[in-house]
Amino acid sequence: MMDITLKKHQEILRFITCGSVDDGKSTLIGRLLFDSKAVLADQWAAITATSTRRGLSQADLSLLTDGLQAEREQGITIDVAYRYFSTPARRFIIADTPGHAQYTRNMVTGASTADLAILLLDVRKGVMEQTRRHAHIVRLLGIRSVVAAVNKMDMVDYQEAAFDQVKKDFMAFAGPLGFHNIQVIPMSALEGDGVVERGERMPWYKGPPLLEILETVPLDEAPLSSPFRYPVQGVMRLPKEEVEDRRGFSGRIETGSVTVGDEVVVLPAGRSTRVASIRVFEGDLPRARAGQSVMLTLEDQIDISRGDMIASAQQPPRLEKSFEALLCWFSTTPYDASRRLLVQQTTRCVPGKLEQVHDRLDVNTSISMAHPDTVEMNDIVRVTLRVQHPLALDAYADNRATGSFIIIDALTHDTVAAGMIC
Amino acid sequence: MSTAAQVSQHSWAALDHLDRLEAEAIHILREVAAQCSRPVLLFSGGKDSMVVLHLARKAFHPQSLPFPLMHVDTGHNFPEVVEFRDKIVAQWGVQLIVRSVEESIRQGRAQVKSATDSRNALQAVTLVDAIHEFGFDACLGGARRDEEKARAKERIFSFRDEFGGWDPKNQRPELWDLYNARVNPGENMRVFPISNWTETDVWEYISRESIPLPTLYFAHRRAVVVRGAQLVPISPLTSARTGETVEERWVRFRTVGDMTCTCPVPSQAQSLAEILRETVTSELTERGATRTDDQTSEASMELRKKQGYF
Repeated sequence: MMDITLKKHQEILRFITCGSVDDGKSTLIGRLLFDSKAVLADQWAAITATSTRRGLSQADLSLLTDGLQAEREQGITIDVAYRYFSTPARRFIIADTPGHAQYTRNMVTGASTADLAILLLDVRKGVMEQTRRHAHIVRLLGIRSVVAAVNKMDMVDYQEAAFDQVKKDFMAFAGPLGFHNIQVIPMSALEGDGVVERGERMPWYKGPPLLEILETVPLDEAPLSSPFRYPVQGVMRLPKEEVEDRRGFSGRIETGSVTVGDEVVVLPAGRSTRVASIRVFEGDLPRARAGQSVMLTLEDQIDISRGDMIASAQQPPRLEKSFEALLCWFSTTPYDASRRLLVQQTTRCVPGKLEQVHDRLDVNTSISMAHPDTVEMNDIVRVTLRVQHPLALDAYADNRATGSFIIIDALTHDTVAAGMIC
Repeated sequence: MSTAAQVSQHSWAALDHLDRLEAEAIHILREVAAQCSRPVLLFSGGKDSMVVLHLARKAFHPQSLPFPLMHVDTGHNFPEVVEFRDKIVAQWGVQLIVRSVEESIRQGRAQVKSATDSRNALQAVTLVDAIHEFGFDACLGGARRDEEKARAKERIFSFRDEFGGWDPKNQRPELWDLYNARVNPGENMRVFPISNWTETDVWEYISRESIPLPTLYFAHRRAVVVRGAQLVPISPLTSARTGETVEERWVRFRTVGDMTCTCPVPSQAQSLAEILRETVTSELTERGATRTDDQTSEASMELRKKQGYF
């Protein structure tokens, strides 16, 4: 039974689940939602009725997350579904991502905002090509924590040896990928062992069950400990009587923190000044931190507009017109050098082009192929990008917010690619 | 140790879930104002649209809102909600556009079998017409992903073609917090700043921020009939069927919508604290408990969205 006392202060953990329906992904999510009372009676009645109509003896839990008609028809996940649940310890946002290679771009969408990834493996099948692909994408997107859930332990009589073999294989390839935190756990999502409770059928397993990991895994502190980055979203007019400079700059602190009086640099102009005030609806703040949407006023009158960046003067970002990046191509139309492209990074959007395509990464084998002829949907390529106006940027490995960008087709306005700066 | 690391060890409180959700919504609202040339905030006076309006005031303070509000009036509103809507518009000095389904029916743009049928689905016609009339390129709304399984699949910035249709199999990738709101003339974006909020978050936030709400969200006595698992409110548009008995009961509404298909739940909760307690212990989802139109088929919401519905 869920504890209904409302906690005043709760953190949010965002995680993705990867693996195919066959690996028991839907069963796992269903169990997490049930046990945290996030599936209510009417939803349960609806999926039970549909399952019965389809002649199933037991409720098909994938009906909970596969929200589109086309997904239910085909029994696959096409696009990300977001689900919400909470325990007394934390709030959780699950992005349930598709497993098929065809929908890699949708998995990337879900992974881009996640703090942790659950990779599901079937203990009988072990590490598959799909597992490798998912682990690589998760790593590329900068997710620091991974839980490899070795599922279907009930099918191998909960034998330690079977689990150990999969764990060994998984660590052999995932260990060198450089995650901060990898945990491999045995599980039977169907029977419940290893999900919320450790269960009694695997006395040999001394580690925590999945939910305990989700409740206690350290949240990514990088946004707060990185240097101050504040992309300007807009310029606001302030009432006349208040200040001499009647402009305020709205935005969200992407990383770091800021205190009134801090020395900051405005990019791309390169001018230095100090923070005069930090304002929110309720009044002025002495300081603010990563994640907060605020408005800043500055001591000096500097020409600033949307797309500029206010940043730590001691640790400023790079200012570059040409840079190397990893690109995930999303469009069904392959890259075509004659099309006009726009690069949107933080709040800045500038014309750009691929100057060079260095190599293509095969996420199944992690072998790269030099100078590919084309860049097609779901390809991950290392490129040099050139933009018309300089961007204030950091390496994605250091800063997810200022190291990421999307590429937009100037004509169709479609988002054709996403990139991570090297 | 770097300066930033020192600051992180100060005792000032970390952001809690409501702070984070609020900051995310404000960021989204500001992106809409910056990227779109003619945005509009769809406003019904219901709790979710009140939360979005409150967030918008915060996002642009001390300036006034950079977009008008628009109510797509079904003609089937609860009178106390319309009264509340007008009071808020006057008090907060915001601009309100009203476009009515009634007018779309008169013009023959929307067809109805009977005057008392639900007009929820018909709103799409009036909405798409109004989008073209004003040239809106972005419509902000208070829909949440936890409401319904098709909504759980939708992007925060959700692209609509020139017919207002949603193509769920071919959504624009949406990564990090980089939103691409670009559209060609005739197309538009539906933007949902509180996508990641749950019903509980909404009530906690309303309570924390003291956001005013229409009275029918709080427990009151109302004439209803018991029909199936639901309590159907008696109104000029909904009457008791043969064999049904009209009773006065203590009820409150969890959602406000078309009077003909929105049902109250039994409740004694007259304060926000009591509502919050009921919300976290409820056995039914918000829509399951209160909307008759979502239960027609498993894909009702998806089908309506493909036709331009919010």
